[in-house]
Amino acid sequence: MSKVVENVTCTFCGCLCDDIKVEIDDNRIISVHQVCSNGRGLFTEYDPTPRQPTVAGREVDWETAVKEAARILSEADSPLIYGLSSTAVEAQRKSVELADLLGAIIDTTSSVCHGPTGLAMQAVGEVSCTLGEVRNRADFLLFWGCNPAASHLRHFTRYSLMSKGILTPNGRRDRIAYVVDVRPTTSAKVADHFIQVKPDTDFEVLTSLRALVQGKEIENEDLGGVPIAQLRELAERMKSCRFGVAFMGMGLTMSRARNYNVRELFTLVAELNQYTRFSVIPMRGHGNVAGADQVLTWQSGYPYAVSFARGYPQYGPGEFTAVDVLAREEADAALIFASDPVAHFPGAASKQLERIPTIVLDPMTNLTERMADVVFPTTCYGLDAAGTSYRMDNVPIRLRPPLHAKRPTDEDVLIQIIEAIKQC
Amino acid sequence: MTESFTLITGRTREQADGLHKGKDSEAYRIATTLAEMSPEDMNRLAIKDGQIIRLKSAAHFVELPVRSGTLPPGMIFVPMGPVANALIGSETAGTGMPSFKGLKVEMELA
Amino acid sequence: MLGILNGRVYDPLNNIDGPIKDIWVKKGKIVAPEDVDRERAELIEANGLVVMPGGVDIHSHIVGAKVNAARKFRPEDHRGNERARTALTRSGSGYTVPSSHLLGYLYAEMGYTTVMEAATAPLVARHTHEEFEDTPILDKGAFITMGNNHFIMKCIREGQMEKARDYVAWLLGASKGYAIKVVNPGGVENWKWGGNVSELSDKVIGFDITPRQIIAALAWISDELRLPHPPHVHGINLGRSFSARTTVETIEALEGRRAHFCHLQFFSYAKQKGSLHRSASSELARAVNENSNITVDVGQVIFGEVTTMTSDGPLQHRLHQETGAKWLNEDIENETGGGIVPISFKPNNPINAVMWRTGLELFLLIEDPWRVFLTTDHPNAGPFIHYPQVIKLLMDRDFRAEMFQNLNRRGRKGALLPELDREYSLYEIAIISRAGTARALGLKNKGHLGIGADADITIYADLDDKEEMFARPRYVLKDGVIVARDGRIVCDRPGRTLYIAPPYDPKIEKDLRAHFRESYTVSFDNYAIAAEDFHRSEMISCG
Repeated sequence: MSKVVENVTCTFCGCLCDDIKVEIDDNRIISVHQVCSNGRGLFTEYDPTPRQPTVAGREVDWETAVKEAARILSEADSPLIYGLSSTAVEAQRKSVELADLLGAIIDTTSSVCHGPTGLAMQAVGEVSCTLGEVRNRADFLLFWGCNPAASHLRHFTRYSLMSKGILTPNGRRDRIAYVVDVRPTTSAKVADHFIQVKPDTDFEVLTSLRALVQGKEIENEDLGGVPIAQLRELAERMKSCRFGVAFMGMGLTMSRARNYNVRELFTLVAELNQYTRFSVIPMRGHGNVAGADQVLTWQSGYPYAVSFARGYPQYGPGEFTAVDVLAREEADAALIFASDPVAHFPGAASKQLERIPTIVLDPMTNLTERMADVVFPTTCYGLDAAGTSYRMDNVPIRLRPPLHAKRPTDEDVLIQIIEAIKQC
Repeated sequence: MTESFTLITGRTREQADGLHKGKDSEAYRIATTLAEMSPEDMNRLAIKDGQIIRLKSAAHFVELPVRSGTLPPGMIFVPMGPVANALIGSETAGTGMPSFKGLKVEMELA
Repeated sequence: MLGILNGRVYDPLNNIDGPIKDIWVKKGKIVAPEDVDRERAELIEANGLVVMPGGVDIHSHIVGAKVNAARKFRPEDHRGNERARTALTRSGSGYTVPSSHLLGYLYAEMGYTTVMEAATAPLVARHTHEEFEDTPILDKGAFITMGNNHFIMKCIREGQMEKARDYVAWLLGASKGYAIKVVNPGGVENWKWGGNVSELSDKVIGFDITPRQIIAALAWISDELRLPHPPHVHGINLGRSFSARTTVETIEALEGRRAHFCHLQFFSYAKQKGSLHRSASSELARAVNENSNITVDVGQVIFGEVTTMTSDGPLQHRLHQETGAKWLNEDIENETGGGIVPISFKPNNPINAVMWRTGLELFLLIEDPWRVFLTTDHPNAGPFIHYPQVIKLLMDRDFRAEMFQNLNRRGRKGALLPELDREYSLYEIAIISRAGTARALGLKNKGHLGIGADADITIYADLDDKEEMFARPRYVLKDGVIVARDGRIVCDRPGRTLYIAPPYDPKIEKDLRAHFRESYTVSFDNYAIAAEDFHRSEMISCG
């Protein structure tokens, strides 16, 4: 007999839409409503069928797998724990406890995503707001180096460009939107203005915008391939809006100046508050990478790139970040969960995962699993396990799973591994 | 014939759709094993849609089909995934972040 | 079962002022001596030691969205201030913003057993509660910010006070909060338009009501709901030269209704010739002395690094502009806002010198210790680990005079402080740090050692140096379990979350659903926090 579960939260991306309707029958999802194609993929492709964990590719019972994982980690001199972003807070908390116990390095997917954004925030601060302020107040939107039409598919309708709110009853018509990118994206097509910058010139363009906002004269005819008149117009529009919001993404964090690009944008936004109200919201990618930042920060003081090797937390972007640790062969064991580094890391780093004993926890098969020594098939938080996830604007949302769990959660497995290590 | 290009990697709808089907699926492999180049560059270099090109970086090289895309000249886009990552080096300038966008690569016809 | 023998007991809520007395504990509570089997009880010999209830902190920023943003924002605060893990305890880091486990240990080692989180926005209250779960040992509650809440302001504008009352009751239960918090009423909303308020009669943009109306409404609602703690007020004009005038006006605007004014030091300034504010501690002390419906905590400045963090968005922007320090701002839809700016207080800075003595003057001029409490508005005026320094300043006038002499000369000019030679007694310190705060919070089982109280007990060596005495208690007990000895944790265990859930008319749900549809970005059904989500909690009743 089928039933409908309402107000389900989709955990695919940082939008964390919590208005999803799911129809289930006999613990299988039949249909999903109000969801984007990414969310639909998450809900409809998920198979909650219990699977056995494996050691060296062979199915074993849970106790054996836990013992082997505990042995690998406690015998390692320099274990690395990586991932954390597509799982709930409950599991993230346990993973930091495990890292503390082991004296491990622990890093999240932030290091290859918004890590530079965190560095910028630590340097110059961040003027931000929750997504409801965008819905209700924002009459000016600036999308810089991000493409919500490809990555956060309901962002425009639910929160930003099209949403209707208290001061924005006409939705799209009450807003002006700019997209700044190195190439015209699908997001650019629905904006009012598209500014194309040459690759690796965001820093100069942002610094010039700061100067123009402060009323300084610029002698160049163009910067980063953008005519100065266009930049001047953008500066004026930003200063004269009622409530402006910038969204930024990998276009800034992944190109040459990385955190310096983001610093420049964050400083521009802070300075605009001398003239009007302006905020910036980083487009956090994974469903709970914001939660990973929060949990690692509240337990250790630092959001990513943490080493507990000295018995206390140390912060080292570039030193304790996973790509660097793996590429320099400084980890001799790894526990990977809620991420797929073999799919997303540079070749040299992912090759190291093949060479060292690796433990993987994941609800779905992924590329990292193929080279893992121990694999735990766990639940998918939000689908068949309850927990909390943090939206891109750091609002925590309780997950309401439509399915019953038939597998252990990431939290369950981590607790068992911790207990087993304490007895080693 | 070898020419320098700026490599940009990133998400696409097809890559995400393939991801849902499973990273071992054919859909994912196809979605992440392709390159996009501007129509101007493709015309100038007489490259046909679907032709195989070789991209080389300091790290490694890959061979993949190329198609026309909305890009400025001098730029090549490859969706994020294992093929793109074969080209990306692990130098992070002390931040943890590799050069996923803006890497200089050499393009030659395969 | 446990007995504490031959200690000198200070238990002001039960009028006990230093006699030698035994304390008996069973199943986490204080019990009568005849209820304990002495043969089987663990005995602590407290001969020559001072026994008090565990400390109760009425205002501290310890967990949640704002505090954690400050941690992430300030890696420089943590480096060099690390603590390694032990077989019993987790590792941690931080000076002004310690990480969660370390924060619990530091408070417990200092003899505090209950701490109130000073400001939580309801939309992100779940974050506060999750961090509570990782803050060991202490019992904790959260104050819920409401002074710029759209639903409440709309009700005030429409004159729908019963609906506002039902909303507040619902909100406290939904967020599992402990009290109503008010921060710069109207000003934080105006900051979303780039403005602020500076008079109680100023208009809140888009709502056409005043700060005076907001405070009066929340004070009325608190009385109607018979909340254990009255509205906890961070008023308008923090740090400004006319703050004393508007704060006295705010006290008078309450017309006898109960309220608590937090970190009063920041609001005790008046203009004088030149650019330096003058201390208006006399005016504020008089207002507090004359209005017995008011309690306050001081927010004493501690020299050194601090991290300012408040829901007062426009204040934090101003601090950023004045100091040039990095600035974090967070506006929260429909509810509140806030910001974070790191600064430092220096004795050779004249403004900081005036602020430092103003706090002490308030302590010494307010007559009733049951209505003035020890805080440093952690971490805004100083980190809580320096409470023992404040205790010494209050108990030892020579030490006070010595610190005063080291202040900037301009900052000492015209000071009242040297003329105030009052010294606090141990009994009075017990009141301002535990008995009085527990009473003001309405926590009937805290802050005293009478039968039925929670067995939260701190035992101190009786030292001449009061800072050393209060920094490293000999024993700290929580629920009758020894958690710390000689300033070090010996038992790591979880604490409780304390919350209230006053009744309300369920008819209001229709309005709430409409409000969420129109202006929020989360579903109404996903907003409230369930008690089942907590591992250990206790609901405190209203009325």
